[in-house]
Amino acid sequence: MKALCYNGKYDLRVERVPDPEILNPRDAIIKVSKTAVCGSDLHLINGYIPTMKEGDIIGHEFMGEVVETGKGVTNLKKGDRVSVAATISCGHCNYCSTGSYSLCDNSNPNAFMPEKIMGDSPAAIFGYTHSFGGYAGGHAEYVRVPFADVGMFKVDERLTDEQAVFLGDAFPTGFMGADMAGIQPGDTVAVWGCGGVGQMAIQSAFLLGAERVIAIDREPSRLETARRVGRAETLDFSKVDVLEALREMTGGRGPDRCIDCVGLEAVDDSAQYYYDKAKQFLGLEIDRAIVLRQAIMACRKGGTVSILGVYAGFVDSVPMGAAMNKGLTFKMGQLHAQKYIPRLMEYVANGQADTSFLATHSLSLEEGMKGYDMFNKRTDDVMRVVFTP
Amino acid sequence: MAKTTDLAKSGIIDMAPVDPIASGSSRINIGETERYISVGGGALLTTVGLKTGGFGGLMLTALGGYLVYRGATGYCAVSHSLNRDTSEEKTETDVLEISKSLTINKPRAEVYAFWRKLENLPKFMQHLESVTEHDNKRSHWVAKVSTGNKIARALPAVEWDAEIVEEDENSRIVWRSVPGATVDNSGEVRFVDAPGNRGTEVHATIKYRAPEGIVGEAVLKLLNPALKQMVKEDIRRFKRLLEAGEIPTLEGQPSGREKEGEAFYKKQPTQHKEYEGVVL
Ligand SMILES: [Zn+2]
Ligand SMILES: [Zn+2]
Repeated sequence: MKALCYNGKYDLRVERVPDPEILNPRDAIIKVSKTAVCGSDLHLINGYIPTMKEGDIIGHEFMGEVVETGKGVTNLKKGDRVSVAATISCGHCNYCSTGSYSLCDNSNPNAFMPEKIMGDSPAAIFGYTHSFGGYAGGHAEYVRVPFADVGMFKVDERLTDEQAVFLGDAFPTGFMGADMAGIQPGDTVAVWGCGGVGQMAIQSAFLLGAERVIAIDREPSRLETARRVGRAETLDFSKVDVLEALREMTGGRGPDRCIDCVGLEAVDDSAQYYYDKAKQFLGLEIDRAIVLRQAIMACRKGGTVSILGVYAGFVDSVPMGAAMNKGLTFKMGQLHAQKYIPRLMEYVANGQADTSFLATHSLSLEEGMKGYDMFNKRTDDVMRVVFTP
Repeated sequence: MAKTTDLAKSGIIDMAPVDPIASGSSRINIGETERYISVGGGALLTTVGLKTGGFGGLMLTALGGYLVYRGATGYCAVSHSLNRDTSEEKTETDVLEISKSLTINKPRAEVYAFWRKLENLPKFMQHLESVTEHDNKRSHWVAKVSTGNKIARALPAVEWDAEIVEEDENSRIVWRSVPGATVDNSGEVRFVDAPGNRGTEVHATIKYRAPEGIVGEAVLKLLNPALKQMVKEDIRRFKRLLEAGEIPTLEGQPSGREKEGEAFYKKQPTQHKEYEGVVL
């Protein structure tokens, strides 16, 4: 089959590799119909996260048709059109059985790797680093889905492929950010980053009862989408002082809930950015935490900072004094996709939410490198590129 | 000795598993024809052993280390064995002790029953080929020697008999190899209810008596982390088998490292060793 393989920093190639096979009873094989790029793939491709190997098949957002199931998969069958959770979870450990699927004890075959620096291992993720399991990803004609009985969801007929493909990661991640934020009726929610996850966090905040959502980015097209699709108010951080603007817009209180959808590759033009960039270059810091710092400073007293953007290692100059004395709550984590997918599918099916607008560009798998290059450089107002293998 | 005993000795973990009997078989007797294996040969075995991985690999490492030791010190096991007299055997060889605990989200009786059926052990202990239960107490254990390596393939099977020396239903099993084992070993596993319906805590301690001659600090330092990692992964596989019903694997999945039509993505047992440095 064809697969988009990582071959080193900023080097992706479509190669012919063997077809996947059922290896465990709870496996299924999916013929991929749509697979999308994700911001966290950029961290891999740009070389910020170690333990990738040449030849790894990337991609964690995909959907398709079931072509084969192991004998342990009885809830889905050949021919079913399914959306697949980006995180791989066993469904039965203590974490999975309490809904914290991305903390699964059992899905990462390389658990010893993250244990060394995190003290424990999170769940595996498709097409990510070997530290996150080393599973072959969805940018391919076929993919093996481990623990398919809990990770695959039959897609409602009312959903198009362009809608369903984002049920595996972008929507559940954005939704989890809003869910973790603990939004109360009347709350003002600030969302940093208006990529796919940020856009879905905006919609989710309203679904969960937010009165106002303020979205922050610097790409005019993304801000426009946040206004048009998400009904958010927007701030262009390259034009205004975000802290001052947020405070003015909220009657001096600050937003009640702050959602960081940016993570370790944050950019702006402040001295702090160049400081972080220099430290990253020297290997003294792994993550640029510009957004995290800003969210802490902006958040109202007693508010919540919800972190979805991926952080990989160490950050510095986090204003812990502000966080502590303002009595902030921090909530964070990788998505518990399996917990949210059925509920989100229903939102899309009955028109309460939409995901299809994220698919701004459709390319073939052969154009994989081109697609990621566009996505990385934000050319042609790209939101997400969707490949059809 | 290795520091892994500290938890048990300090009373943090209430365990005092039996030591393996120093039956003498933990001593390697070098035959006439092997007398001429040099330090070089030992070093080669050590290297091959580490690359081979698994229990067979560790034994190769141990054997290699022994040969290096013999070559370097001039100690000759042959003359020792010629004068062999059990009353003369002075020092007991060192015991390596490894402990690991994990919580399994299953009722205690179920976790206990799975382990107590010793024939299940090879399903999660990667270094075991098979365990055959002779009766309720006695069993025969065969270790897996890696087949990926010529030298390893030429080695005889590593096997031994073991007996259960103590057992409390649903809470504790203690076993020990009987005299005559290639590698004297013993173990204890305890099953405790985890608080708040979190399932069952499994506390396992495994002891190995290093073959005689493997007394060099360097060799112990080499062996201990590898054995520790092995036991740790075995207990993790036990948890995964019970909770998830299967053990997650990458063996056989496609990648750009394998061209279509050629052999599938080869085994990845060396991942532990390939990896060096910071991880995430
Ligand atoms: Zn993603
Ligand atoms: Zn789990």
